Amino acid sequence: MNKRLIIFVAVLAALPLLPTPEYWITLDNYIGLYAIVALGLVLLTGIGGLTSFGQAAFVGVGAYTTAWLGMQFGLSPWLGLLAGLAITAAIALFIGAITMRLSGHYLPLGTIAWGLSLFYLFGNLDFLGKYDGINGIAPITLFGISLENSRAMAGLIWCVLLLSIWALHNLLDSRTGRAIRALKGGSLMAEAMGVNTAAIKILIFVVAALLASTAGWLYAHLLRAVTPTPFGLSAGIEYLFMAVIGGSAHLWGAILGAALLTILKDQLQTYLPILLGNSGNFDVIVFGVLMILLLQRTPEGLWPMLRARFARTNTAKTLPAATPLPRREQPASNSVVLRVEQARKAFGGLVAVNDMNFDIRAGQIVALIGPNGAGKSTMFNLISGVLPLTSGQISLQQNGLQRIDKMPSRQIVKRGIARTFQHVRLLPTMSVLENVAIGAHLRNKGNGIVGLLTSVLRLNRNEEAQLLGEAQRQLQRVGLGELLHHEAGSLALGQQRILEIARALCCDPTLLLLDEPAAGLRYQEKQALAELLHTLQQEGISILLVEHDMDFVTTLANRIVVMEFGSKIAEGTPQEIQRDPRVLEAYLGNIDDQEVAA
Amino acid sequence: MTSGAIYALLALALVLVFSVTRVIFIPQGELVAYSALTMAALQSNKVPLSAILLLALGILAFIQQAIGIIRSAQHATTSTRDLGIAAIKFLLLPAAVAGISYAFAATPMHPVLQILLTLAIVVPIGPLTYRLVYEPLREASILVLLITSVALHFVLTGLGLLMFGAEGARTDAISDTRFDLGGLSVSAQNIIVIAAALCLIVALYLYFERSLYGKALRATAANRLGARLVGIGTAQAGRLALTLAAGLGALCGILIAPLTTIYYDSGFLIGLKGFVGAILGGLGSYPLAAAGALLVGLLESFSSFWASPFKEVIVFTLIIPVLLWRSLRNPHIDDEDAQ
Repeated sequence: MNKRLIIFVAVLAALPLLPTPEYWITLDNYIGLYAIVALGLVLLTGIGGLTSFGQAAFVGVGAYTTAWLGMQFGLSPWLGLLAGLAITAAIALFIGAITMRLSGHYLPLGTIAWGLSLFYLFGNLDFLGKYDGINGIAPITLFGISLENSRAMAGLIWCVLLLSIWALHNLLDSRTGRAIRALKGGSLMAEAMGVNTAAIKILIFVVAALLASTAGWLYAHLLRAVTPTPFGLSAGIEYLFMAVIGGSAHLWGAILGAALLTILKDQLQTYLPILLGNSGNFDVIVFGVLMILLLQRTPEGLWPMLRARFARTNTAKTLPAATPLPRREQPASNSVVLRVEQARKAFGGLVAVNDMNFDIRAGQIVALIGPNGAGKSTMFNLISGVLPLTSGQISLQQNGLQRIDKMPSRQIVKRGIARTFQHVRLLPTMSVLENVAIGAHLRNKGNGIVGLLTSVLRLNRNEEAQLLGEAQRQLQRVGLGELLHHEAGSLALGQQRILEIARALCCDPTLLLLDEPAAGLRYQEKQALAELLHTLQQEGISILLVEHDMDFVTTLANRIVVMEFGSKIAEGTPQEIQRDPRVLEAYLGNIDDQEVAA
Repeated sequence: MTSGAIYALLALALVLVFSVTRVIFIPQGELVAYSALTMAALQSNKVPLSAILLLALGILAFIQQAIGIIRSAQHATTSTRDLGIAAIKFLLLPAAVAGISYAFAATPMHPVLQILLTLAIVVPIGPLTYRLVYEPLREASILVLLITSVALHFVLTGLGLLMFGAEGARTDAISDTRFDLGGLSVSAQNIIVIAAALCLIVALYLYFERSLYGKALRATAANRLGARLVGIGTAQAGRLALTLAAGLGALCGILIAPLTTIYYDSGFLIGLKGFVGAILGGLGSYPLAAAGALLVGLLESFSSFWASPFKEVIVFTLIIPVLLWRSLRNPHIDDEDAQ
């Protein structure tokens, strides 16, 4: 880790131990508290791509729960913490459950609504003391020591903060973490790799809320009083500010952002009235202008800029050895792997796929070709579960043919159909290895809360080694073994396409769906790709590819299915297809017509 | 119903700005407050200080423009001409507006002139802020643009307090007549607001359907790169969108000012409700956004009738059933691209 960073954090964390003035201790405390909340937002917003305005309200839940339980029943602060976390988790689950399944702007809206409502509730409920809040909250006692003064609290706050960073760092460096980071690439890719994106979104929302709630608990016992104001919408917006200014995709950015904002606001409030008089709230104006200028200079946040300045080389870690993952049994050679029967897809009045029928047999390479707009991509999306069928059925071999056409894509990939994308969908800032490891998401059963905890506590090293080992093996197999630790975005387009194939292979498929894999490849790259596909075929994997390049297809495929205007017009071996008059007509136009025209 | 109409206009403006520029224009509400308070200042025969703000923004925009012109200067003749145009646009015009407001502030004006002057002061603030704040961030993510909007909101609120003071203001009604509609007493002002909102919505519709500029804006909203390729500048489209949005905001301010007392910071909550309406409608569709905003207005008036201290709570929590309904009705995960 960066030496300067350690020094920076050590200074902030050591402030309470040194004879620092009380004033700086107070600032230090606030920075720590805000950073805990901002940390949740880094996970949620910067890494997961979801925006929440309601974090301050979760802070409020944590603070008010412990305050009220303490006042009313004299419960220990530790029980208050647990109760606060439980209530927060319940609320976050509910809000998450109703907003996460919708894309776009419903989460921000839901959190605005929630943040505002809670603020007015706090302010209007009698038993919470209305706008006066609750006073006289007991201090936290730890091992018999009462943390009464803010110096002692600073120690606790910074312990919590550093532990949270460590935990999140571990979480992100795991199978679940890769799934979280995959969210930013759009849910289509993540779902196609078997990630339950809605569940992951709810998970990070709950984690962020729990962090905020913990900060609220600390806040209540630091100030020993709570009022509604610090938990309103504007505070929620301020937390978002901290995360973005610091560098919203970086955990350490949370501390940086919280420190910068807290100190800046404090200094502005102290010095501006001296300079400009008390008549207006100049601090807000100057603060806003500074923020705008800062964002215009560093839209990515401060942390990446600082890190670029003290650039360090990305040292390639050698992967620990691990036992290979168990593989799926491939179906018997020449048995039917996939059967498409009377598949039809209509968009309103337009029938894009019209009663298609075809089979794919084990170990075959089948190519789906046809002119532009023939419905190839729609057919592809029907098989991979991106689009639902209007009628007909699609079945997959799993101890007998079983229908898969009602399933979402993450269920289909679980059953052994892996895919690539026509427009490459990678996470450009993640390493090649990590990108490919997303494909292995389903190869490990450790999911849910247990998986989360093992990753947070770093007890998952064995499974991690297995997943990364699998990713490495697949990368070596496709010939990208030299580029494991490069950023995926730095690869040439042809290599990115190959990377997608490696990622799909990590799903351990029986059927590989390739959407125009040769598009944009040079001649040599195409030959290498053809060779790779032949090897895969010999291992018993079946392949369906949508392709334009006729030469590529005719040398590679065992069977070709030709589509035009949504219907199948021919099927057969490449030789048969090349002689088929209807195919020639579809591709070259009617010869008679051309003669008439001439 | 009246506030619903106002929220609907604001929701339309937000959808417009978001779809063209990807900016969630939170300061929209400030423009509402600015125009209401400018109008009030004019009516009480005071100089609206917002005219000075306009002048200041103009000067900043001129400096920005001048730096840009000098940096990319190739031909001395064109650059002097560009500088001249910029000077007229950013210095002379705002100065003229400010001058007029100074010269005639003491004399009572006809309400129509007051409205025109208010619009002349407030509307240019929209595109000027776009130039100064958002244009350098054209390639930034939606999140950064949103945060920038929040920062701008802080600045404008702070300036609002500075310019208009902490006291609220209410303007004279355009008409004091009251009608009796089946036992319900309705003031003409309310009817004017609703009628004006309807007219504006129809005008916007015609603008987008019929005019070249309207179509260019729609094209930019649908596909930014494609629009650029056919020669529609995204920056110009952004400024145009902001001008329209500021115009809508300013009109909202003028319409709402006789009905409620507006403070320098009232804009935020008004804008927020427009935003809520817009999101309820999906932030992409104009009619749905307007419907969503009307719903917010209705919810608000009902809940303020039943339980006024919990008014805001009810408005914002009643959104949850709507979200739930949308979520259950539409369980498919949309394929949104990475932001």
